[in-house]
Amino acid sequence: MVTQSIFYILIVFVGTGGELCVSRAMKTIGEVTDFRPHSIARVVGRALALPRMWTGIALMAVAFFALLGMLSLAKVSFVFPSTALSYAVGALGGKLFLHERVTPQRWFGVLLVCIGVVLVFIGKG
Amino acid sequence: MTSSQGLHLKTIILIFIMISVAPLGDTFLGKGMKIVGRMKGWAPADLFHFFFRAFTTGTVWLGIELLLAYFVAYILVLSWADYSYVQPASAASYVLIALLAHFVLHESISLTRWAGVVLICTGVFVVGHTHPQTPEHHSW
Repeated sequence: MVTQSIFYILIVFVGTGGELCVSRAMKTIGEVTDFRPHSIARVVGRALALPRMWTGIALMAVAFFALLGMLSLAKVSFVFPSTALSYAVGALGGKLFLHERVTPQRWFGVLLVCIGVVLVFIGKG
Repeated sequence: MTSSQGLHLKTIILIFIMISVAPLGDTFLGKGMKIVGRMKGWAPADLFHFFFRAFTTGTVWLGIELLLAYFVAYILVLSWADYSYVQPASAASYVLIALLAHFVLHESISLTRWAGVVLICTGVFVVGHTHPQTPEHHSW
């Protein structure tokens, strides 16, 4: 149970921290308008030159290793929905760190996601 | 087509790719990790053996490749759309994960858990009806 809790915290908080860094890095690159393969490769190359992108990837890698550990202990149908708590952490992070305008409607959606997560937890037993 | 409609359309297309590819990747990852088995402990040797077994399992690599495709779609959409929009919108993949877990991995899923999955999807639907891009002021 302790092991699962450690994995869970790493997936939700460290993983979301990584995604926030990646999101910030991609806003630096700017809106992608050309979707030809060589253009996408160029965008990915530019993104990988940003230190913040690497910080994000490193944090997401930690979360990924925790996910592998968690998957060895629990069912797929439990692990993925339960980690949806990261959506609440993500919305909060988007508001606090990326200064996104999270509308009441978006908060309501996030709330529904969180209630769904609780039900998935209850349903585990 | 207005620029707002175009923005919506390309956002929806990329999120559709994300929610199609990620559940498949997750399912292969889950199947692979069941082959690998439980981690024996936190000692460095146990951790090494656990991750060595994981990264020498073909099914795990299939999952990783699909998740890399997901990651590329994810970073592309994040170049214009809000993180607080993209992240919950991509949660629609939970329905697909639940279906794959039930029908492919033969996991039993309780009614309560199905209800949770449906609620998560409803939340995603609500988020999906907000505009993907809001004015922002980065401070870091």
